[in-house]
Amino acid sequence: MAKHALSCTVNDEPVEVLVQPWDTLLDALRERMGLTGPKEGCGTGDCGACTVHFDGKPIASCLLLAMQARGHEVRTIEGLGKPGALHPLQEAFVKHGVPQCGFCIPGVLMAAAALLTENPRPTEEEIRYGIAGNLCRCTGYTKMLAAITEAAGATAGRRS
Amino acid sequence: MRRFELLLPQSVDECVRTLAQQGPETKLLAGGTDLLPQLKNGLLKPARVIDLSGVAQLRAIESANGQGLRIGSAVTARTLELDRTVQGRYLSLAESGALVGSVQVRNLATLGGNLCNAAPSADMAPPLLALDAEAIIVGPKGERRVPVATFFTGVRKTVLAPDELLVELALPATGPNSGGNYLRHTPRRELDIAVVGVASQLTLANGVCAKARIALAAVAPVPLRATGAERALEGQRVTPELIARAADLALEVARPISDQRGSADFRRHLVRVLTRRTLTTALARASA
Ligand SMILES: Cc1cc2nc3c(=O)[nH]c(=O)nc-3n(C[C@H](O)[C@H](O)[C@H](O)COP(=O)(O)OP(=O)(O)OC[C@H]3O[C@@H](n4cnc5c(N)ncnc54)[C@H](O)[C@@H]3O)c2cc1C
Ligand code: FES
Ligand code: FES
Repeated sequence: MAKHALSCTVNDEPVEVLVQPWDTLLDALRERMGLTGPKEGCGTGDCGACTVHFDGKPIASCLLLAMQARGHEVRTIEGLGKPGALHPLQEAFVKHGVPQCGFCIPGVLMAAAALLTENPRPTEEEIRYGIAGNLCRCTGYTKMLAAITEAAGATAGRRS
Repeated sequence: MRRFELLLPQSVDECVRTLAQQGPETKLLAGGTDLLPQLKNGLLKPARVIDLSGVAQLRAIESANGQGLRIGSAVTARTLELDRTVQGRYLSLAESGALVGSVQVRNLATLGGNLCNAAPSADMAPPLLALDAEAIIVGPKGERRVPVATFFTGVRKTVLAPDELLVELALPATGPNSGGNYLRHTPRRELDIAVVGVASQLTLANGVCAKARIALAAVAPVPLRATGAERALEGQRVTPELIARAADLALEVARPISDQRGSADFRRHLVRVLTRRTLTTALARASA
């Protein structure tokens, strides 16, 4: 079966790669572009480890075919911040020592970054809702909440 | 994932032509949140997949003559959750969209995919039944309209022929004295499937109920309306006692099964509770 040429923007750079019709966006990012930040936890939309931004919105990249990204803008954890110029969320995650094994963290950061873009001062409830699609098997949610709250400049425990 | 050929049409016409040429063994792909897991686990083994994401028409939301609303089949659950018009006039649909999966799933999951996948628990189906929505379907012979209440024919089965495409959902105007609500019960609040879901819509005129709609999910092979309960409300002043009676009557159409999510008895209990709650909220919203 013929491969398709996928043209899209990844982390602000135009890319063109050959993909199989059945490749997911996650496959294309990891296997064809060397972007291994997004992880495959479940492959079925349940864990959020594969979260990337698609035209600025968080999606499960394991559920999108690579070719469905044609003409779209994709951002992975590799394009969120750079060493020396980390995103405020990354700074806060380092400061609070959030990661344990780290497998879920790229997905959590991308979900949290999308949340803060839409809602710069979320309540605790809104943060919980925003990362509800991200599973951490090392039970890191408490520190995640603290770090996201701090990065948002919001007061911990604020509800409205 | 098993191998397949991928086709990328850019218009509804091209899509219908492509479907007609390809014959069976062809699956349509919208958000992929139902289809991709089914392709990955081998439940489905199509030879060809037609991607709908290039068809811009399917993503439009348009006010029809300032009256009702037409929602493209590929509008996402997340868009329905946030859209001001949907929140304002069809709140139960926005509420159901907000309950689907996680935000990562809602940004992909489409309204049309939810209906065409035809799970008994599909969250966005009951609000459409309660809103008297119609499905606009296009095939080789042109367009036809089917009430969403008769769209489903069984578990994972709909009236769609293999060469047909669900294009839009047409929602009639609701009017100022109308209010609705969708609630579901799940053990986990996020990322869970409804044990029971109920949508209610009440329209008032001169203090009495002019129109009542109650639709149930996950208590029968297809989402369905509780017409006996609706009739008990229509023409009456809606009191808490009448709501309680309607909630009892809603049980008449429920044919729940027992499974790992809940027993049939628990589901019957939930029908009563959720019907009462959604009617109470719908009444408050219609009166506001
Ligand atoms: C983690 C997770 C959580 C979920 N949670 C929920 C939930 O809480 N509530 C809920 O109701 N669902 C839930 N779902 C199921 C799914 O997300 C929804 O049913 C979704 O709306 C399906 O839409 P889609 O665009 O992804 O459909 P797809 O997977 O693209 O398609 C589904 C089916 O519909 C057909 N189809 C799609 N569009 C058309 C069309 N226009 N015309 C004809 N046929 C078409 C496809 O061929 C396929 O058979 C969940 C799924 C996941 C992975
Ligand atoms: S790998 Fe995509 S959600 Fe788990
Ligand atoms: S840090 Fe290990 S899964 Fe979250």
